[in-house]
Amino acid sequence: MEDVANLMQGFAVALTWQNLLFMLVGILLGVLIGVLPGLGGANGVAILLPLTFTMSPTSAIIMLSCIYWGALFGGAITSILFNIPGEPWSVATTFDGYPMAQQGRAGEAMTAAFTSSFIGAFFAVVVITFLAPLVARFALKFGPPEYFAVQFLTFCSFIGMSREPPVKTIAAMMIGFALAAVGLDTVTGQLRMTFGHTELLQGFDFLIAVIGLFGIGEILLTMEEGLAFKGVKGKIDPRIVLQTWAKLPKYWLTSLRGCLIGCWMGITPGGATPASFMSYGMARRFSKEKEKFGSGHVEGVVAPETAAHAAGTSALLPMLTLGIPGSPTAAVLLGGLLIWGLQPGPLLFVEKKEFVWGLIASMYLGNIVGLIIVLTTVPWWAAILRIPFSIIAPVIVVICAIGAYTVHNSFFDVAMMLVFGVVGYVFKKLKYPLAPLVLALVLGDMAETAFRQSMLLSKGSIEIFWSNGLVGTIMTLAVVLLYWPLMSKVVEGWRGGMQPFRRNKGAGAPPPAQ
Amino acid sequence: MIRSIARRTLALAVAAAATAYLPAAGAAWEPTKPVEFIVPAGTGGGADQMARFIQGMVAKHNLMKQPMVVVNKSGGAGAEGFLEVKGTKDPHKIIITLSNLFTTPLATGVPFNWKDLTPVAMLALDEFVLWVNSESPYKTTQDYVAALKAGESGKFKMAGTGSKQEDQIITVALEKAVGKKLTYVPFKGGGDVAVQLVGKHVDSTVNNPIEAIAHWRSGALRPLCVFDAKPMPYPAKVTADKSWQDVPTCRSQGLDVEYLMLRGIFMPAGATPDQVAFYVDLMNKVRALPEWKKYTEDAAFNTTFMTGKEYADWVGKAETRHRELMQEAGFLAK
Repeated sequence: MEDVANLMQGFAVALTWQNLLFMLVGILLGVLIGVLPGLGGANGVAILLPLTFTMSPTSAIIMLSCIYWGALFGGAITSILFNIPGEPWSVATTFDGYPMAQQGRAGEAMTAAFTSSFIGAFFAVVVITFLAPLVARFALKFGPPEYFAVQFLTFCSFIGMSREPPVKTIAAMMIGFALAAVGLDTVTGQLRMTFGHTELLQGFDFLIAVIGLFGIGEILLTMEEGLAFKGVKGKIDPRIVLQTWAKLPKYWLTSLRGCLIGCWMGITPGGATPASFMSYGMARRFSKEKEKFGSGHVEGVVAPETAAHAAGTSALLPMLTLGIPGSPTAAVLLGGLLIWGLQPGPLLFVEKKEFVWGLIASMYLGNIVGLIIVLTTVPWWAAILRIPFSIIAPVIVVICAIGAYTVHNSFFDVAMMLVFGVVGYVFKKLKYPLAPLVLALVLGDMAETAFRQSMLLSKGSIEIFWSNGLVGTIMTLAVVLLYWPLMSKVVEGWRGGMQPFRRNKGAGAPPPAQ
Repeated sequence: MIRSIARRTLALAVAAAATAYLPAAGAAWEPTKPVEFIVPAGTGGGADQMARFIQGMVAKHNLMKQPMVVVNKSGGAGAEGFLEVKGTKDPHKIIITLSNLFTTPLATGVPFNWKDLTPVAMLALDEFVLWVNSESPYKTTQDYVAALKAGESGKFKMAGTGSKQEDQIITVALEKAVGKKLTYVPFKGGGDVAVQLVGKHVDSTVNNPIEAIAHWRSGALRPLCVFDAKPMPYPAKVTADKSWQDVPTCRSQGLDVEYLMLRGIFMPAGATPDQVAFYVDLMNKVRALPEWKKYTEDAAFNTTFMTGKEYADWVGKAETRHRELMQEAGFLAK
């Protein structure tokens, strides 16, 4: 109960007028940063960090972490409206969010996204409040084999979710892996596939690929189909928020799963992006309405958003207690802590009580303030879709270009974005799925490094992945999930004769009329 | 060539004239647009922290009329940042370096050298400390070295930041001093490395003080020795009874390895003396601040400050030393 008393004191710290103002400014800036693709939470926080040296550390971290919450909220907006993920963790939100917007349900999708984000974050904050020391120790158990196991689990939970034939999924994934391998290899310190071009030293940044593949690719497609957005004239009613809320309790299990996956990935620290993919994959696998996923299903927005926000929030826990950042933004905040003269680590909770509990209290308040702000703006955001395509398309292209440029301040990236745009268009025309490519591009590098670190530790023996209970369980779970479709088909087959083969037919010949 | 000499002579003449007429006015050159402070590493690391700290101090105390902007160019182990400064003459770009100034061109063959840049000032040297988990049986450097010598090659695991960079160079030097191989496992950042040791996934690390101080204070890690010629001059207690000053040098413990990492500033080639003087002056103003003092104490930096020829000579020697160490280790790009 000491924690509760501490928390109340924290609220007293956070609830000064000054801090509330910083919170508001932080959230607004964060939403803006989240909306602009490319700028990203980490960059946004890094740019503003020096401005905070004149503030008290508590006010500074409240403002900066609120920018982070804001960016987490804001990332969903462009994913839903234009199929352009503002942040890496919003990619999975596009799968169902964008189709919803096209059906005129943008308001519903955004309300679901924001509310889920809030639930995820709130769950994570509660975990931080009461389980901080316990959970922090769990993160220490994670060595390279455990990291690899988690990445492997993400891939396995995601494979088979695509509607396209497995061959196409694998092809797309392999291209993603190849792109992820460009640049410096952490393990050997060698450059790979740069072919002497200095522009390629950085490798292919995920954001540039995503802005191109999704944003520009989508615009090219829409242009081909005639210069008009279809079916977006849906009524925009402020009551949409309440109507959506009435639907959400149905998906409590998906939410809970998202919260758990998110917290786990944030603490370990796998990060928000894999969490969102894993949660989406799991939700689809275990949903009763599997077929609806990918065509504008609310559950497909709830799953990734809950997990992303839970992960993003819980990523601050290992940063505070151990000094390991769970996300790029947390890494920048960590730098800030050191510059303010605060030493992250187990003793921070003892020595700087006021700071830590002030921050935790601000997480509660920041998320509540954030939710109110973003929900009130839902009708306005949704209204953007009423603007004719011929006007909004050039604006989107310009914003995409600025976003791509901001990632590394380089024009080469803008050109790359356009190339990825064409690739995205071709993929969509040939019905290759983009999601596996993106997933491999984000996680390929991390998974590869973790695998090779494990091999160094074990001197090349694969047994290391079953060397203790933790890593063994995750690996086994991953393998089970990988073969789940096969197993469930076998079971179905026993029950219903030829049913399992129904799905594979669609790939080549058109399905017979039923 | 002739033109550049002429230009330089002219600049010198102007600078001389300026100092002659305005002896107290300081540097004659001043930035006319925002200064880009390039960090050849990612956000959140040691170099990035220092750059952003300086940026913050410059803004807070109004040390410069133009704003300073920190830009991360971390591609190819920092090659991206160095190549950018190499390819410009713009005196509004400065770069902060870490050991990758030497290690990146040597290990990857990316064409740049510190001679392509103009040295401005050494701000500090970052220390390296040999760490073990406090639950391990190694209480002193001698215990550690004895265990290393008694075990078979490759049995001890050393985690470090990056590959063919400072941590691995120290590891190779340590291997040479002891005569046994270690299994070196590279990680992306120093914070990750320290946590791997806390979680007992590896046997030792050579983390910078700031990367591991929190775990030392919490009792999870134990420092054995510092890879410097002298103990760190910080008597403030870090744990209940120990301070940085109490960590002996590795050499005094019979482990003959020394390594320090440069935290210094460079600018593009062809910078005029008054442009260099401006930045030296700026850094001196930052160094005079009480905040700087606290910052360097917290990070337990070796606060050696150098400019001009002394600094260039130091950098030249450091490069030769890196080349030798990396050649012996077989890290040079073919």
